[in-house]
Amino acid sequence: MEILKTFALGGIHPKENKLSANVPIEVLPIPKQVIVPLGQNLGAPSQPVIKRGDKLKVGQLIGKGMSFISADLHSPVSGTVLKIDNLLDSSGFHRPAIVINVEGDEWAESIDRTDNLTTKIELSPQEIIEKVKKAGLVGMGGATFPTHVKLMVPSGKTVEYLIINGVECEPYLTADHRLMLEKGSEILIGTKILMKALKVNKAVIGIENNKPDAINHLSQLAKKHEGINVRALQIKYPQGGEKQLIKAITNREVPSAKLPIEVGCVVQNVGTALAVYEAVQKNKPLIERIVTVTGKAVKKPSNFKVRIGTPIKQLIEAAEGLPENTGKIIGGGPMMGKTLQSPEVPIVKGSSGILLMKKEESYRQIESPCIRCSKCIYVCPMGLEPFFLSRLSKLAKFDMAEKEIIMDCIECGSCQYTCPAYIPLLDYLRLGKAKVATAIRTRNIT
Amino acid sequence: MNMLTVSASPHIHGDYLTKKLMYGVVYSLVPAMLVSLYFFGFNALRVLLLSVFFSLLFEWLIQKYLIKGPISITDGSAIVTGILLAFNVPSNLPASMIIVGALVAIGIAKMSFGGLGKNIFNPALVARVFLLISFPVEMTSWPKPLGFTKNLSDVITGPTPLGFVKDGISSGRNISELAAHMPSYIQDLLGQTGGSLGEVSAITLIIGGIYLIWKKIISWEIPISILLTVVVFSGILWIIDPQQYADPVFQLLTGGLMLGAIFMATDMVTSPMTKGGQLVFGFGVGLLTILIRVWGAYPEGVSFAILLMNAVVPLINRGFKPKRFGTKPCLITLT
Amino acid sequence: MDNIIIISTITLSSLGIVSAVILYFIANKFKVYEDPKIDEVEELLPLANCGGCGFPGCRAFAEVTVKQAKDQQNLEELFCPVGGNETLQNIGNILGLEIEAKDPMIAVIRCNGSTANSPSKVKYEGVNSCAFAHALYSGEGGCRYGCLRLADCVDACEFDAIHMNPETDLPVVNNKCTACGACVIACPRNIIELRKKGPKKRRVFISCVNSEKGGHAKKNCAVACIGCGKCAKVCKFNAITINSFLAYINFDRCTLCRKCVEVCPTTAIWEVNFKPRKPKLENITIATEKPKEVVDKHSIACEKTSILHSQANIEYH
Repeated sequence: MEILKTFALGGIHPKENKLSANVPIEVLPIPKQVIVPLGQNLGAPSQPVIKRGDKLKVGQLIGKGMSFISADLHSPVSGTVLKIDNLLDSSGFHRPAIVINVEGDEWAESIDRTDNLTTKIELSPQEIIEKVKKAGLVGMGGATFPTHVKLMVPSGKTVEYLIINGVECEPYLTADHRLMLEKGSEILIGTKILMKALKVNKAVIGIENNKPDAINHLSQLAKKHEGINVRALQIKYPQGGEKQLIKAITNREVPSAKLPIEVGCVVQNVGTALAVYEAVQKNKPLIERIVTVTGKAVKKPSNFKVRIGTPIKQLIEAAEGLPENTGKIIGGGPMMGKTLQSPEVPIVKGSSGILLMKKEESYRQIESPCIRCSKCIYVCPMGLEPFFLSRLSKLAKFDMAEKEIIMDCIECGSCQYTCPAYIPLLDYLRLGKAKVATAIRTRNIT
Repeated sequence: MNMLTVSASPHIHGDYLTKKLMYGVVYSLVPAMLVSLYFFGFNALRVLLLSVFFSLLFEWLIQKYLIKGPISITDGSAIVTGILLAFNVPSNLPASMIIVGALVAIGIAKMSFGGLGKNIFNPALVARVFLLISFPVEMTSWPKPLGFTKNLSDVITGPTPLGFVKDGISSGRNISELAAHMPSYIQDLLGQTGGSLGEVSAITLIIGGIYLIWKKIISWEIPISILLTVVVFSGILWIIDPQQYADPVFQLLTGGLMLGAIFMATDMVTSPMTKGGQLVFGFGVGLLTILIRVWGAYPEGVSFAILLMNAVVPLINRGFKPKRFGTKPCLITLT
Repeated sequence: MDNIIIISTITLSSLGIVSAVILYFIANKFKVYEDPKIDEVEELLPLANCGGCGFPGCRAFAEVTVKQAKDQQNLEELFCPVGGNETLQNIGNILGLEIEAKDPMIAVIRCNGSTANSPSKVKYEGVNSCAFAHALYSGEGGCRYGCLRLADCVDACEFDAIHMNPETDLPVVNNKCTACGACVIACPRNIIELRKKGPKKRRVFISCVNSEKGGHAKKNCAVACIGCGKCAKVCKFNAITINSFLAYINFDRCTLCRKCVEVCPTTAIWEVNFKPRKPKLENITIATEKPKEVVDKHSIACEKTSILHSQANIEYH
């Protein structure tokens, strides 16, 4: 038997709980009202280009990304702009958002809504990047980094590998899994387009071995496409992290505080590959995404295709209601997802799943003293010392934490998952990271 | 509607627990406990029960009346300390001394530093050394392992194999003369030799150690590096002069080496945190053990070796950092 | 036997003498001259090493003080908030300088988002740190400007001057406050401000820092400043400014007339340590359309003052 590859340092294997893996993607009806937050991407929020009372069509530009790391925003529905107001979104804060009242479903003329597979790639790399930018694409894995920025290779650097991330190492989530099964051909053409834009001839699709059907399916399809390889990977969290995935596939390590381009790699999510296909071949901006609604108490764990801006309440109802005794609504997976404060929060470009947890499941145990078992060190995929860094952060010794390179932490949560004393290691690490980042910023300004 | 909870990720937790780790150690000690009961009879049971009971009692008293903090005697750490303390003393030790030992272990070595996780030295070992220095006679009269057949009152005592060799060599005899009077290696392995409760049977301790490594409660680095250092170092001495120095197998199987290497040195709180540090720690323990055994005043040196190395653990932790991600140089093949 | 005693005595004493001689020369060689005044000044300081003066510890402050007095013949911009004017006067006496008295200050918590006024909508679980919760979400009550109720300021206080009130879940400053400013730095939401203590410790301030639009602010908290501007209009001394839906009282201009307190529709303006006022006669006798509301507002104001009184005097353990 072939030994499957994985990354070397640390890692954990939480219970997978992929409850919705065999549920096909279901298209959710368009809601009556959508809330489209303006800051849906990493970096600067978009600036609204419409005003109250404007009539919108599906796919019409409503927000413009003004700075370098910023993305455009399009109307996910047709209807009237009700207001632009500060509303609660998945970040946990009230932030500016556009509220649109839905009227019918009228699409912009330029969008090709047929299901025909357009295989021929006619555009030049420059045109592809321009089109990706115009479609407002961001990383669909959750980090929401604007895609066009990732495609612009800095001068002096060469890309050798395009890595398509189909790992989905988070427990519970199955959105990418279903996508690979149902939209395999589109993903492969999207990969081809990305390869052209980056001028590379090697692409690897990395999939964890707990999705053998997706591996088989994509391997079959990939035979038709030259240069695309499907690679099965060992099951280990956090393999979906950029740095870990690059290590697993190419055995290269991205140096501290550097981007993957440093080792000649660009990583894109499978969802992004599909969005690229739709944007380039079908002129369709990013207005929809696949969201998993799951949880042990959910009656009907499902995968939905929804418009951006749909309140998650609607998704929960489609999965047959909010279970009794729900303690947490999590946007994303259980390891890295953010808790949402209310079911009114809308779906954004980066929402990969809604996880409902029971009170008993979500309850944090009482912290006991550290027994220096060093399990956190063994599982840290970045080779940090979480117990030490968290203590530094607790004692407010942020300058020392900076010297210990606290900024390398990818916030995967492996340390806190493993800690036998239930110490909230990652909470302290996050606090330390925030403080150190501020200190670095102020130092750079002065 | 019930109130939602807001917290930072991760929202799930693995099933490691301090309690589980501690009780795992207790389970791994069961085979050795049974063997000691078989060889030393009711006396062994008496020592074990007294030691565990008073360890728990002192922890409870201190937490309740001195620290006035939360009571955490159920986390298993005091039980482990109690069992290990019992394993480190001869089976005919008077009850009063066991109680003093438990008080030193829990009160001085553990709670005075702030309780679980904050002690520098292994509590059971501190107590053992305290007893050894305070009551040298009682602590070095080792009953012969005769099992339940003998009456409690007429226990025959004799030296441990290590003590026998030490005395023999210092009185001018050589190893081959002594060998005839010593137990065979098989007896050492099974436990038919004199010694403290837990050190007599190497095989049960190894079984316990394998269980601990399998359950990922301890890592293999510390025991293996200790045993390897002992074998290599004593092997060199043995090759130099087989008449003056005992052979490596004898060094491995006798005394508290197995107990120390597998259960005492691997105590999480008092051992280094990184793999590299653990190897250095193990090397230090092994080296010191042989140095004390061969040239020191005591026939047995494991407990002193571990305590000495415990003291340098903070230094080792400082010097040995885990391998960082991204420090490996990468070669980009330009196409 | 005697020999041994004699020899060892002689050896030890000669060893001692030799070491003493060496030490003497080394001490002379490495002697650093220090102004004796620094020691004198340091003795006058509270020695709390709180850092409230902006220097790392009392010794550093003493050194800077003596140096500045020597170079510039003044002590401008040097102040020990803990020792206050008295200490500075004493220092001035030693250094032979005239010192101008400064107004005593106190830390003021400008949020009244208690569990009653701003009911919890979600439950927080995690480390007890405002700094962390601040980055995570807007707060249990939903106000992104308000107090997170996790007591970073209490931890920062070296003088036992801030405690959490278990009823309101908000921090309360007591009379031990020295205005060192540690809590101001500790608060991630800039709620705490150093304000003038005021005559007879009386002061008026806006107990809110929410700069959202009125409607949003009010949605999360019953006593939020909604930026209506009534207080600014009624103030005759130009002490109140309104910036992005938030009023602010400049304590240098405020004359403590308390007109603003009366007009505030959300009771966001607090008056502290005043005598409970009697309901004005004309308000009741003239009794226009809404006499009840006027009385209500007064009673609320009085009640609040009395609560404040009790808060200031209670110490929570």
